[in-house]
Amino acid sequence: MIAYSWPKFGEASVIGKEHDRIDGLEKATGAAKYTYDVNPKGMLFAKILGCPHAHCKIKSIDISSAEKMRGVHSVLAIKKEGDEIRWQGDEIAVVAAETEAGASEALKLIDVEYDLLEVFVADDDLEAAEKAKRTQGAGEDIKVEDEPEDNVDEDEFNVAELERQFKEAAAVVEGYYGVPVITHMCLEPHGSTCYWDGDKLIAYLSTQNVSGTAAQFAAPLEITASDVTVKCDFIGGGFGSKFAPDSWGVLCAQLAKKTDRPVKLMLDRDQELKVAGNRPSGFIKVKIGADKEGLVTCWDSVHWGTAGAKPGGVSKQVVPYVLVPKNYRRKQVSIITDTGPDRAWRAPNHPQACALSQTALDDIAAKLGLDSYDVFMTNLVNATPKKGDASMAETYREQMELAAKLIDWKAKWHLHGKGQAKGDVVTGLGMALHTWGGGPFKGSCLVKVHPDGAVETYLGSQDLGTGTRTVIASVIAETFGLPLSTVKVNIGSSAYPEANPSGGSITVGSVCETSRRASQEALDKIFELAAKKLEVEADKLEAKEGRIQVVGDPKKSLTWQQACRLLGMNALEVTGKFDPATVRNSPLSSSQVGGVQMAEVAVDRRTGVVKMKKFVAVQDMGLVINPKTAKSQMYGAVIMGIAYALFEERIMDTKTGTFINAELADYKLPRLGDVGDIVVEIWQPESEYQRGVVGLGEPPVISPGAAISNAVCNALGVRVPVLPLTPKRVLDAIKKGGKA
Amino acid sequence: MKAFDFASPVSEAGVVGLLSGEPGQTEILAGGTDLVPLMKKMLATPDRVVNIMEVASLRGVSADSLAVTIGATTTLDDVLGAPELDDYPAIKQAIGGINAMQLQGQGTIGGELCQRPRCWYFRNGYGLLANRGRLVVEGDNRYHAIFANDGPAKFVHPSRIAPALIALGATLRVVGPGPQDEVLLPVAEFFRAPRHEGQRENVLAPNQLLTHILLPTADGVANATYEVRHGEGPDYPLASAAVALQMSGGIVTGANVVLGHVAPTPWISHEAAQAVLGWPVNTQTARVAGEAAVARATPLKDNEYKVQLASVAVERALLLAAGLPLEGF
Amino acid sequence: MKDFPHAEQAERPDSAFSRRAFLRGSGAAAAATALATGPVEAAEEKQPKIASGQGTSKIKLIVNGKSQEVEVETRATLLDVLRYQLDLTGAKPVSIDETSGACTVLLDGKPISANTKLAMQCEGKRIQTVESLGGEKPDAVPLAFVKHDAMQCGFCTPGFVVAVRTFLDKNPKATEAEIRQGLNGNICRCGTYANVIQAVIDVVKGGKK
Repeated sequence: MIAYSWPKFGEASVIGKEHDRIDGLEKATGAAKYTYDVNPKGMLFAKILGCPHAHCKIKSIDISSAEKMRGVHSVLAIKKEGDEIRWQGDEIAVVAAETEAGASEALKLIDVEYDLLEVFVADDDLEAAEKAKRTQGAGEDIKVEDEPEDNVDEDEFNVAELERQFKEAAAVVEGYYGVPVITHMCLEPHGSTCYWDGDKLIAYLSTQNVSGTAAQFAAPLEITASDVTVKCDFIGGGFGSKFAPDSWGVLCAQLAKKTDRPVKLMLDRDQELKVAGNRPSGFIKVKIGADKEGLVTCWDSVHWGTAGAKPGGVSKQVVPYVLVPKNYRRKQVSIITDTGPDRAWRAPNHPQACALSQTALDDIAAKLGLDSYDVFMTNLVNATPKKGDASMAETYREQMELAAKLIDWKAKWHLHGKGQAKGDVVTGLGMALHTWGGGPFKGSCLVKVHPDGAVETYLGSQDLGTGTRTVIASVIAETFGLPLSTVKVNIGSSAYPEANPSGGSITVGSVCETSRRASQEALDKIFELAAKKLEVEADKLEAKEGRIQVVGDPKKSLTWQQACRLLGMNALEVTGKFDPATVRNSPLSSSQVGGVQMAEVAVDRRTGVVKMKKFVAVQDMGLVINPKTAKSQMYGAVIMGIAYALFEERIMDTKTGTFINAELADYKLPRLGDVGDIVVEIWQPESEYQRGVVGLGEPPVISPGAAISNAVCNALGVRVPVLPLTPKRVLDAIKKGGKA
Repeated sequence: MKAFDFASPVSEAGVVGLLSGEPGQTEILAGGTDLVPLMKKMLATPDRVVNIMEVASLRGVSADSLAVTIGATTTLDDVLGAPELDDYPAIKQAIGGINAMQLQGQGTIGGELCQRPRCWYFRNGYGLLANRGRLVVEGDNRYHAIFANDGPAKFVHPSRIAPALIALGATLRVVGPGPQDEVLLPVAEFFRAPRHEGQRENVLAPNQLLTHILLPTADGVANATYEVRHGEGPDYPLASAAVALQMSGGIVTGANVVLGHVAPTPWISHEAAQAVLGWPVNTQTARVAGEAAVARATPLKDNEYKVQLASVAVERALLLAAGLPLEGF
Repeated sequence: MKDFPHAEQAERPDSAFSRRAFLRGSGAAAAATALATGPVEAAEEKQPKIASGQGTSKIKLIVNGKSQEVEVETRATLLDVLRYQLDLTGAKPVSIDETSGACTVLLDGKPISANTKLAMQCEGKRIQTVESLGGEKPDAVPLAFVKHDAMQCGFCTPGFVVAVRTFLDKNPKATEAEIRQGLNGNICRCGTYANVIQAVIDVVKGGKK
């Protein structure tokens, strides 16, 4: 039985060091081939006709004119007479033609008649939604610290107790806060390039889920998963929206079959934004009470939002967020709208919950005239969930102290609205904190060691931008005592051993588990052979600097190549497996992280323009494999946070249900000049190293909304209640004097 | 995209000869930054596209003692780099605001003036006027007009350079429809708010070509453009103002103030110009002029904030032109 | 006019304005004078050739220094031709318009978005793509992008690399403030801007091309 483990703290030679990503130059010089770039000979282009209306019924579809157009090879009607459409952009028909422009032109020749139905898309006004009968209750919890006596009705007691808490509170704040729907805006849209080799489908799919999508293709095509190979060498962004082939992936395969040609079907930008997922909105009306130190003692909220034409929204399980007072009532309502369905969006639920909760907490600090930092610190006693057996409070306290030092909080702090204005510009500080799981997913990994010493690995994972290849190569190089560059990593095909999807920040933990296990097992076999040759016990050997040697006696050694030659004619193949359901407390990985973020902003009070000055992100993530790519994840998450805090939102026309800013020119995103100075700090005391690997992709995207909103509030002395903090919202809030 | 015939004439007459008098039947293609996306969205479906980038006489900046001439297909980065235009910071600041090297390298100054509005109802296929303006009034009009919005047109004119050109008293040379036809037109008279879907945002006939922009010499004229922008990049400003000031002994003796992105055309503010006439430019007079500029604004339900932005833009453009420090970003 | 008092200006430009113009001469007078010495109209042009939208046309492009003949529809964009005829897929399609910068290439030395340029307009012109910065001896810019990990998913990266190369050719000694001001034509969704800034600073310091 092999004792799977990482090198002792401070003794690793590859992991924990900064490495360039091994596929970096391919990406930077345009050599990397994404799904959109795969162009088999004879390929046709397919385009989808999206429904122009948000809510309607199909009266008739006539595809005959489109079929007759020059260059058109196939037209399929997807919907039929009588079908109800619930969001703009829903797929009506699809065309395959010689050119992209030709396919788009043919779409205009498809004649569809619609019966228009009543449209409802507004999600920020709960009363209006109730009036329109578009709400659906999603549950209500009440929890109080004290317990009733035996003969008292528990519900009545809880309500009375909550009321009592509010009466006794030193400060009560009532607020309205909101985060509108945003999209994923993957720069490579959803789509695939498909072709058939006889009865076998080869699908180049832009996916976060290489191993899991073959079966999803197979079922609707009535073939088996073994007849499908899904490939994805590079993916141009996913953020939680690309786990399935989707209807358009299956259509692409069908068109390829029908035309006997390779077919490419990538969604147009507007279609992408309308149908391929979004992050649900969250709006809240909340009342919170606190003692005079700012410790929140009671919370009473109702929050709502939309996930499209079905129930959903921000889960009440994470409202209030992280700092959960002892007494609370929370109610969640779904609003059913005629809009595209939501999908997982980087750290599902958390960014909205954080923005809805920790802004309210900051308003307690403002009301009591306290330093926000102190109020957050005071409330750490209520930090949830736990990290192993320990409270997260200690992690947060240390991270707060570090972040405060990095942003110079004490020197820069002023009470809300009391800063020194420089002309029309005021500055402010704000903070927020977050948590996330990030434990590993089940999977396997094949490691192949050739008799000439060459090392290869195969697994059906993918590189979402994480630097997956580099992480895997680092782990295997570490195990074998080899340089990183000697390991050839093969990912991105469903023909390889089944591996994790990339979601929930599980990629690094998962591939580390399987690649470390596989390489440790392989090394064990090589040790056995080398031990015979060196006439020592196998457990006395170590792999170091390209040699298999007796521990403490490098003179008794073989080079890696000499040792591998002992394998004989055939390569050594070892498949490492991991399943969290069967392996408890793996020494290689863990879950549950915390992070603290602080923002410094400048606001032009007369134009409402907010500029980022500085942003500090401190984050733990257990054992860090590659600090260089880990820091990139943090920078990226912070910038994505700045995007939803200051720029992006889905804008729906309430009358027509049109997603009116569904082009990149209208959907505002930050540019290079908008992000200010960002400082990221990996918090890794030895205790973190000992925990093993924890995923990182999502957690740093959670806090920016609240942190930036709090900083703007600190600058202005006025809460701008709804993100993103656009000039319009800032000026409207100043005009109202901060009252919702 | 609809299929179309394509031609690259090398002379102005060659261009004009290929243009149809029927609206929409032919389109003039310069840099392509606006027309090509419109064609992809099938919002422009010409039968023929006439490329004017091969007409040598349309390109470049030249100057003599009376005027500076800018060819319509001069790219924005070439305008920005032209030493002949160093005395026209209002123009260069406006182009600098189009903060993307790709747009500056590809977009032309003529195209910048002739680009179609960014109104999201128009871009989503509801027509330039969006059901005679009704969709805009009832819908989301956060970026729409705060002046001249009581007609059917509610969009804001997208040009960022036009306010500066108007403030500086520039003239346009237009040729066509006949091979000998030539018109000189003040930039201020080039734009109009369409009254029905058949009209465009300017007075060019479908078979006329904008060839040159002519700027009177700017000696002694202080000028500047200030844009209120949500963020960096090429995104359009929320409101802007261009000013040109004749100064004598520290006193304003002549003033033109033109606002951008507040009305279906660039918006000339006589009120703001009047407010500074006879006064020195300082924070007080600039603020008074800014307030005067928006006194008659008629915001829609979502864009009242733009009234203040327009006011601040005027104020800061004046300070900038006078070489005074700004109080904001 | 009474119905739309405020629309009046927009509808009929205020002619009083030009009369009141204070600039030397009236605009029109200055213009007329200028034109006398201004651009000279080419005298005659033979009937220009019209390429039919119903077929294809043969055009010549000089791509990364190599002359290429391609057969295109009039509506084909330069990006279509690069990606689907020449298999140069470094420039990426991200939006229908100019806003992303992901398809940045150089056309006669100027940065443009290949997705809004018709291929027909590029006849006989020099085009440089990101691929010309790769190969056996990669340019300093992609190398700096790798060193500073200025990429995640990498889909925007080739366009960014071309933009940075172009920016540095013009501003080899750019300050950090100039870098933050000069590279706003490209969008990255993964959020690599902080790394890009460091990469560009590094190339400036290295002083290499």
